[in-house]
Amino acid sequence: MTDSFCTYETAWCPGCGNFAIIDCLKTALEELGKSPSEVLVAAGIGQAAKTPQYINTNAFCGLHGRSLPAAVAAKIANEKLTVVVNTGDGDSYGEGGNHFIHNIRRNVDISHFVHDNQIYGLTKGQASPTSMQGLITGVQVDGNINEPLNPVLVAIASGAGFVARSFSGRKKHLIEMMKQAINYKGYALVDILQPCVSFNKVNTFGWYNKRVYELSNEYDTADKIAAMNMAMQFGDKIPLGVIYKQEKPVYHRKNKVLSDGIPLVDKKTNPQVVRKLLKAYI
Amino acid sequence: MYNILIGGAAGQGIDTTAAILEKLFKVSGYNVFSVKDFMSRVRGGHNFSLIRFGAEAVYSYSNILDGIVALDDTTVELHKEQLKDEGFILCDSKLITTDERAIKIDMKEMAKKIGNPRVAGSISIGAVLKLFNESLDNARKILPQFIKKEYIAMNVEAMEDGYEFVSARFPRITGTYADHMLISGTNAVAMGAIAAGVKFYSAYPMSPSTGIMESIAAKADEAQIVVEQAEDEIAAVNMAIGASYAGVCAMTGTSGGGFSLMVEALGFAGIAEIPLVVIDVQRPGPATGLPTRTEQSDLDFVRSASQGEFPRMVIALRHINDAFYQTMRAFDIAERYQLPVILLSDQYLGDSLATAVPFECSKIKVARPLSDYTGKYLRYKYTENGISPRLIPGKSDQVVIVDSDEHDESGHITEAADVRTKMVNKRMRKLTGLCEELQEPDFIGDEGFDTLLIGWGSVWGALKEAVNTLSKKNKKKYAALVFGDIFPLPQKLLKEKAAKAKFIINVEQNATGQLGKLIREETQIRFSDSILKYDGRQISGEEIVQRVMGGR
Ligand SMILES: Cc1ncc(C[n+]2csc(CCOP(=O)(O)OP(=O)(O)O)c2C)c(N)n1
Ligand code: SF4
Repeated sequence: MTDSFCTYETAWCPGCGNFAIIDCLKTALEELGKSPSEVLVAAGIGQAAKTPQYINTNAFCGLHGRSLPAAVAAKIANEKLTVVVNTGDGDSYGEGGNHFIHNIRRNVDISHFVHDNQIYGLTKGQASPTSMQGLITGVQVDGNINEPLNPVLVAIASGAGFVARSFSGRKKHLIEMMKQAINYKGYALVDILQPCVSFNKVNTFGWYNKRVYELSNEYDTADKIAAMNMAMQFGDKIPLGVIYKQEKPVYHRKNKVLSDGIPLVDKKTNPQVVRKLLKAYI
Repeated sequence: MYNILIGGAAGQGIDTTAAILEKLFKVSGYNVFSVKDFMSRVRGGHNFSLIRFGAEAVYSYSNILDGIVALDDTTVELHKEQLKDEGFILCDSKLITTDERAIKIDMKEMAKKIGNPRVAGSISIGAVLKLFNESLDNARKILPQFIKKEYIAMNVEAMEDGYEFVSARFPRITGTYADHMLISGTNAVAMGAIAAGVKFYSAYPMSPSTGIMESIAAKADEAQIVVEQAEDEIAAVNMAIGASYAGVCAMTGTSGGGFSLMVEALGFAGIAEIPLVVIDVQRPGPATGLPTRTEQSDLDFVRSASQGEFPRMVIALRHINDAFYQTMRAFDIAERYQLPVILLSDQYLGDSLATAVPFECSKIKVARPLSDYTGKYLRYKYTENGISPRLIPGKSDQVVIVDSDEHDESGHITEAADVRTKMVNKRMRKLTGLCEELQEPDFIGDEGFDTLLIGWGSVWGALKEAVNTLSKKNKKKYAALVFGDIFPLPQKLLKEKAAKAKFIINVEQNATGQLGKLIREETQIRFSDSILKYDGRQISGEEIVQRVMGGR
């Protein structure tokens, strides 16, 4: 690694899956030939959401759950930015669940990397939307009674054009998924299984490692029904890879003002137009 | 000055009839001021428009009527007491009223002959024009702006029929306003934002703010603006912040309930120092309150909304000119000081329409000071005026790091005690500069007053009218101060005028006297009395006069 994206001292626990994810992110960006100033890493709040703090790119550290609307709007404003959201499962699927669903509909060209540790890390170990039933925490004292959300299935069902799953323990695979997601034109979700060594004592590195397997080259990523079936595999066997992929028109080409390809940030207000608009009221 | 009311059920075409008449009166040279009163329902209920027009400037609505155009019996029943003895009630002959002021026209029959029951509105427009001694020339010219091409001929015929049916009653007054603008508060805000260079507007529909989004969306292609209907107000404001961070002028708008959802992000814009313009078009609350009515009760809320402390500015819009120029100014201040600016409007101002001197977009230039930085870029550099150099991500070799967490000069998270203190101080120093830019309230009346009325925002028009009337009627002298810039509170003129006043009365559209409280907090000035109104209807000049004279 040439390290144009720098190494910072982090506040993560030794052994946390976030380390591998940030390494993969740096490598993916480097291998894609991106420079720090053309990349925007956006996040909400949480342990995963500290990622932009530890990488040398433009960084937008917003509010818990609100990374998507801000990131999407930044991309709308300047389509030359490579916008990557790196944030947690609580942030993305809990507090930000509404934005998760609705930004799939917009299909703005951003990548969304969810560090899915099936727990709330920063607030010290409460159930997250992806926590498994029975998980005992300080709040779910008798074990989590709620069923976990399946983000991959939700994303496919909601119409996302690129949906993948990876694991922080398979760096090569993760780098590949990140690169494909960044290159994909449209909203791309990569749900990244990430052990939280401090608070999730069930879904550990070993637990994931025993279950995950990589999809073969024969797997047809264009078959939506097959993809939904594949998405529902989350138990003894957990498939990794691009689970569903389809080309779709992106926001910038659907929006009349942006369709000419000139970034919004470079468009100037035309006083002649304003004068004309005002005349209509005389 | 004349005053007419057009009333009926929702869906009966009050809006179109009123819109055509308003424009016609303006084109004939009158100064026009109109307000809408409507219920929160799509069909039925009782709605009306009040159109006041004269040769001199009109600032407020009035409840004393010269004419009623009644589309149903309810309108006659509810409003005939307001009608002057010599006034008219124009209605269809099917209406049961026996009021001797009624001019009944068999509109249904006439319309049937013309071949379309929907031309009834044009029959009454023709009749109204005749009653006020107008010619039909302007009407013929203007109709195409409101009516589809294929229906113009039959509507002209309908107008002519109505025109022939009645005889003139009121002398024509000639005014000089034909080349002025006629624009609603809502559209004036939208135009102000466009003139300021807004490039991104995100919002979630909520009355009475939705019109701003619609108005900008209607011009989005022409003016090259992205308008995004967000999934909720939280997304709306976070989107505006994201777009602003990425370098475009961004705005969001809502009403109180939506603003409640935006509160966390407001503080985020404050600590991350991202320029943001938010308009809160107030309606009565709390919660869903009265969705289509008016109040000024969000001042306390917006000036303290969000946890923690950060500099912000609140500007109340007083009239149509403010709606345009202050919206432009809000962008200028947000950009130069890198902070959130909140515009406070309300349903009354948003939905009212007024004659205005054509707006000039060169009057305020929106400054967008961006740095050309060499060396290590510090997004949050400590500076004397509290304003740090701003770069746009992707526009230089530097990276731009912004943060909702407390951070050091570079934008990285910190918990260091001294950095926290320094960073809070840096942000707060912006207030020193901001306070020097404050615009003093509008002083209305003459020196030598003994009673000073104090208000803010849209009570401006009513106060202006009230002061005029009171000064004519009374030996005692009255004056008013109306605040536009309201937080931080400009104090110079306030202290000067308050010192001269024997009585100080606050006039507000809320139950607790929120401006009174703010003034007391900041200046220790006390009020002798309050005129407060919070029934969802705007106070009129007449009502202020009545309440001042008759004891509150
Ligand atoms: C509005 C708001 N609610 C709650 C919090 C507290 N909070 C911070 S991070 C977090 C959950 C983090 O979980 P996740 O997104 O899964 O990230 P992780 O820490 O596990 O990486 C919560 C609830 C907050 N900062 N803001
Ligand atoms: S708490 Fe969990 S997620 Fe956070 S740094 Fe520690 S191991 Fe990682």
